[in-house]
Amino acid sequence: MGKTLAEKIWQEHVVHSAAGEPDLLYIDLHLIHEVTSAQAFDGLRLSGRKVRRTDLTIATEDHNTPTLNIDLPIADPVSKLQVDTLRNNCAEFGVRIHSLGDIDQGIVHVVGPQLGLTQPGMTIVCGDSHTSTHGAFGALAFGIGTSEVEHVLATQTLPLVRPKTMAINVEGTLKPGVTSKDIILAIIAKIGTGGGQGYVLEYRGSAIRALSMESRMTVCNMSIEAGARAGLIAPDEKTFAYIKGKAHAPQDWDAAMMYWSTLFTDADAKFDVEVNINADELAPFVTWGTNPAQGAPLNSRVPNPADIKDLEERGAAERALVYMNLTAGMPLKDISIDTVFLGSCTNGRIEDLRLAASIIEGKKIAPTLRMLVVPGSARVRLQAEAEGLDKVFLAAGAEWRNAGCSMCLGMNPDQLAVGERSASTSNRNFEGRQGKGGRTHLVSPLVAAATAIRGTLSSPADL
Amino acid sequence: MDKFVTHTGNAVPLRRSNVDTDQIIPAVYLKRVTRSGFEDGLFAAWRSDPEFILNKQPYTHGTILVAGVDFGTGSSREHAVWALQNYGFKVIISSRFADIFRGNSAKGGLLTVVLPQSEIESLWDAIDANPELPVTVDLDAKIVSYNAAKVGFEIDDYTRWRLMEGLDDIGLTLKSLDSIDKFENSRPLFKPRTQTLND
Ligand code: SF4
Repeated sequence: MGKTLAEKIWQEHVVHSAAGEPDLLYIDLHLIHEVTSAQAFDGLRLSGRKVRRTDLTIATEDHNTPTLNIDLPIADPVSKLQVDTLRNNCAEFGVRIHSLGDIDQGIVHVVGPQLGLTQPGMTIVCGDSHTSTHGAFGALAFGIGTSEVEHVLATQTLPLVRPKTMAINVEGTLKPGVTSKDIILAIIAKIGTGGGQGYVLEYRGSAIRALSMESRMTVCNMSIEAGARAGLIAPDEKTFAYIKGKAHAPQDWDAAMMYWSTLFTDADAKFDVEVNINADELAPFVTWGTNPAQGAPLNSRVPNPADIKDLEERGAAERALVYMNLTAGMPLKDISIDTVFLGSCTNGRIEDLRLAASIIEGKKIAPTLRMLVVPGSARVRLQAEAEGLDKVFLAAGAEWRNAGCSMCLGMNPDQLAVGERSASTSNRNFEGRQGKGGRTHLVSPLVAAATAIRGTLSSPADL
Repeated sequence: MDKFVTHTGNAVPLRRSNVDTDQIIPAVYLKRVTRSGFEDGLFAAWRSDPEFILNKQPYTHGTILVAGVDFGTGSSREHAVWALQNYGFKVIISSRFADIFRGNSAKGGLLTVVLPQSEIESLWDAIDANPELPVTVDLDAKIVSYNAAKVGFEIDDYTRWRLMEGLDDIGLTLKSLDSIDKFENSRPLFKPRTQTLND
């Protein structure tokens, strides 16, 4: 019997396996940031160990970093301590780091691909659950905890239990105005926040193949919101073209291509589970609740919890409506928004900024709201500025910031106030995620842009 | 990780059940960037009370914590284990532990011993009668002993072996060092590197 893509990559990386024990997997790339690495480095120090492969490790600062006045010292003492600790640890252990102000500083999952370090068939880990993003290149990539970070630093391996595989087949053609964000939000609404637990998801089908690399990253990014530790897409010509010319693209291109061209799920391979999605039927999608599965097409209404059969889900919906201060049955498009956040590792890449700018160009954002545009990396920011996108956003009345996670999780000063409501291109709408008491609606960059102009949840078709 | 074969020390009777990890170490103490130094956050809310057991002599120097049922429930924070170890505890005895806490303890080298609640009560009484009572936890023999009492306990062979050998997950993996070396030597050269090796 044939193998799935995930099984092929797994098998290629098994260093040691024994019955009744987890497999020991080799890790090709370890990405590090300031929030989850400090105790791992401290553990190394306590046990007198060093980083085994500094040449397979790279660090950047993103979660805590301010997006304004980045030339000044970080004002928040806890953030400053975490960032300084990362800098010291990297210096002590010889790890390459891209610090605030550096051209390759930015969100860890934007930086890896843009440097060309993310390549097909690799195992990639990071102490961050959205490491699944790198799966867009046909890599097996997943988030790990702090003890595991230490384990990878010390040994460049990780003991892991082999996951099951799930195919998500998205066939058909997206309608204009529908993006990869809408695909993944629809998938999560369908299989639920726990649907992918224990699986590696493989996104397949004509609608996935039609996506650009950056759009594929958006899909894989949110695999974790469906409960899966990893999600991937088989590499193709688009993948190879994206990597070609990047700083860390393989020097022996032919050897790499020879391997990469074996990276697909065999025709006779069997997935443990298959899910089918019809791309023709998808529409712009937004969330109304406090978990990413609580979403609905923008043209629909806030659901009535009484209509939900599953008691657990009904209770969750009731609590979500109270927190979100929404009434069952109200049109989603009537929801007015205070803040639009365009950014994050889900939708903070150059294509996302271009998409949003194409809608906003020549218009003004609603006077009732603020719009924060936060590029995913310093490079994305410079690229956008070279294309004049910053001017488009500024002329519309939006704020143009420096790179980082920013309001995606509100660890830096970019936060929602109590009761404030955002339309956000990020990936988590948990209670208080973007600031204590803040209310988040997850949206695509197109919906974010249209919402910024109209002041209520909207798609470009409403303009 | 230090090897744990047998340990003799003073025991602290913590007569409470359902001690969750928020009580072991409150969230505000999680901001530290080290794995050490969490002892000041251990049971922080209770330690402000001068009557709390850890504030009383001779318990301040205890190394064996004897707690009520369901120890370590709640948040999965590894800091709870670190805080107990940083304070000086080597063994926690209870009649039931939360799964994640037990797993984290094994990862970090903190021995968790399950005894029937009746044995916990007898041990508490014995400590009350003599706060300086030496208690021995013998992992090799799987026996807790004090005064004339010898109480057997169960622990899975794999965890027991790891603790007795002093192998943390990293230590265990390093036993496969040859396989790792071999694997590394056969990795394709086109795989990316973040920097040139500066060995
Ligand atoms: S942008 Fe948000 S989701 Fe992505 S790494 Fe940063 S905090 Fe995590």
